[in-house]
Amino acid sequence: MADLATEPSPTAADRPVGDPLVVLTGVDKHFGPLHVLQSVDLTVRRGEVVVVIGPSGSGKSTLCRTINRLETIDSGTITIDGKELPAEGRDLARLRADVGMVFQSFNLFAHKTVLENVTLGPTRAKGVKKSVASARAMELLDRVGVANQAQKLPAQLSGGQQQRVAIARALAMDPKVMLFDEPTSALDPEMINEVLDVMVGLAREGMTMLVVTHEMGFARRAAHRVVFMDGGQIVEQADPETFFTAPTSARARDFLSKILTH
Amino acid sequence: MDDGTWAQFTSLFSEFDVVGAFWVNIQLTFFAGVLALVLGTALAVMRISPVPSLRWAGSTYVTLLRNTPLTIIIVFCVLGLWGQLGIQLSQDFQTNFFRLAVLGLAVYHAAFVCEALRSGVNTVPVGQAEAARAIGLGFGAAARLVILPQAFRGAVAPLGNVLIALTKNSTVAAAGSVAEASGLMKTMIEFRPDVILLIFFTFALGFVIIVVPLGLATTSLSRRWAVAR
Repeated sequence: MADLATEPSPTAADRPVGDPLVVLTGVDKHFGPLHVLQSVDLTVRRGEVVVVIGPSGSGKSTLCRTINRLETIDSGTITIDGKELPAEGRDLARLRADVGMVFQSFNLFAHKTVLENVTLGPTRAKGVKKSVASARAMELLDRVGVANQAQKLPAQLSGGQQQRVAIARALAMDPKVMLFDEPTSALDPEMINEVLDVMVGLAREGMTMLVVTHEMGFARRAAHRVVFMDGGQIVEQADPETFFTAPTSARARDFLSKILTH
Repeated sequence: MDDGTWAQFTSLFSEFDVVGAFWVNIQLTFFAGVLALVLGTALAVMRISPVPSLRWAGSTYVTLLRNTPLTIIIVFCVLGLWGQLGIQLSQDFQTNFFRLAVLGLAVYHAAFVCEALRSGVNTVPVGQAEAARAIGLGFGAAARLVILPQAFRGAVAPLGNVLIALTKNSTVAAAGSVAEASGLMKTMIEFRPDVILLIFFTFALGFVIIVVPLGLATTSLSRRWAVAR
């Protein structure tokens, strides 16, 4: 994992993207009187890595959560691989299995071991045999570098390790797209890179990803596109280089000046 | 205690089947406890379910049963269910009363089990439910595999309190014509008014002997089973 950072880093531009996979059209969402998503249009193509940034309260987390319907929307449509999000029930559960989600607070199942965390979805939601699921889980845990922790409980792991397990848990469902909701915001600084390295690795393998993050380094290394949100709207989007060096909107310039001056 | 008092004390046990009466309370507690746990768990699942009508039914049940005196429920089971409606849970007279009392105790304490479990559910971070849904588990599977196992472990102490209350409340079965400890105590006081204080002391001690280990066990279990976060 560590050598990824030192390799000459190819940019996202080298990786081609395919047809639209996640399509949001005119999505509106209110929290009481608060209009948190204002007719948002966004398309994520197959194999594309999209980074969403923006100030706190701009609606970026909500946007991420609407894509697997952890938040419902008031109007507009969201389609994944051409199919509109089902409202509830079995169809929704099946769709969620296709959408991997990584949370800011890891959300590992506290009463289950690391290995059980990763096998629970495949065995219970997909009916994969336990031995098959375990073998695959060990492979994924090895890939994110925590295979030697498989029998431990989440609370015995560091934050960075827990988040890597959470990524393995999501990958175990063989998702079409991975959503990351501020995956490094709850981590101590020295653990951020171990998680980002795993994410960069995923991106290079062609995983479709929507990542809400403030990690500019990750955006530069792995993203095809940066989407800047403010006040519930997508204000601006561009490739990382263009966005960080020459943002066109005043709000993006203002935001970048605040986070880059340190 | 001089010899006279001690002799009086032991004579109580030879004259009356004190241990047998307490055994009835233990049986009442056991069967009603198991039934209340099953029913209370079902109610708790209803109350956290995404279906509004189930939530409504669950909370109505709890509001109704929790706020009705247990004596009334037990008397209703005997006079209402059996006496009026002719519902018989056994051909045997005594067994019928016993089972009706178990039913009354169970439906009453199920409301408290439900509330104890809900407090356990509140110890499970909402993110765990979201993560369960995010990997494609439906409500039932998420509740069974992720929420309830942690909720039970977080609710051991309050569930223990319900069990302790149930143990002592099993004496209310006397109102349903079940021959248990408090009923025997009344009989003993009638026949041996010379040792009323000793009789009270005997029954108080009996319940202490049953309840104290329950309290110790739940305290140690709640520590051992606590979910590390």
